[in-house]
Amino acid sequence: MSNDVAADLADRVPRAMHDLGGVPRFLCEAVDTAPHALDDFDREVDAIRQILGAKGVMSVDELRRGIEALPEDVYRRLSYYRRWVRSIASILIEKGVISEAALRAHAISGAGR
Amino acid sequence: MILGDLDERDMLKGLRALLAEQGIANAAEIAERIAATDAANPGQGAAMVARAWTDREFRALMLADGTKAAEAMGIPMRGLPPLGVLENVPGLHHLVVCTLCSCYPRAVLGYPPFWYKSAAYRAKAVRTPRALLREFGTELARDVAIRVVDSTADYRWMVLPERPAGTDGWDAARLAAIVREGDMIGVTVPSV
Repeated sequence: MSNDVAADLADRVPRAMHDLGGVPRFLCEAVDTAPHALDDFDREVDAIRQILGAKGVMSVDELRRGIEALPEDVYRRLSYYRRWVRSIASILIEKGVISEAALRAHAISGAGR
Repeated sequence: MILGDLDERDMLKGLRALLAEQGIANAAEIAERIAATDAANPGQGAAMVARAWTDREFRALMLADGTKAAEAMGIPMRGLPPLGVLENVPGLHHLVVCTLCSCYPRAVLGYPPFWYKSAAYRAKAVRTPRALLREFGTELARDVAIRVVDSTADYRWMVLPERPAGTDGWDAARLAAIVREGDMIGVTVPSV
């Protein structure tokens, strides 16, 4: 199969939102090559994910599954690490590590920054 | 979607409190992990590249087993996915992407840059790589083939660029200073 034929086929097959290789709608979009510094929120989410992985609470594959399960409009709207927080919360609730009610209560009233 | 009404910053606040309460992660552990992650940076990968340019044995090790080569430089790799090293040679250039997400050789380069995670980069790398490189100011000769490599959660890649002309007699420290993050992903090439 030639590359062009393969590309045509790839454009016709329904794709999951995260499966971005060669997706036509992004081929005309310029790449933002400017540096973007991470903020404290980003760093903390990243660190928590690493700790959950190191302690065997949640794997990187579960993180990805949680991200890929987001509604497409939410996936497109949220920043990289906001997607991660949503995924981590969903997976930990699904696994029974935390409860939705407790997370809601702490999110609203917990001592934060 | 659960908790759709909550802002993600509040969700993080809740997670932080619950994980501490359950003894899974406390503030000190999180701070320590942030510091360790911040410490990983492209300078580590650049030091590997410079050593590969000046030390034949190390170059062979790096191409055979990137993880072992990183460990030989004192970079902690335990528990991380294996690191593969793609050697640029005359006529063949490598470009690394993660089309599904953002898998990146973090142990040797640090956090992935914003562009690496962007939809445009992920879409273009596998379809129009030559035009993509131009967006980074990189113009490859027509007769140089581009091999695009898709990273996964289970295997990470970095590029060993070609040593630029005009660097004869340079020591490893001087060479490392000209190697940038993008050179080790393949969006740019080192020059002097």
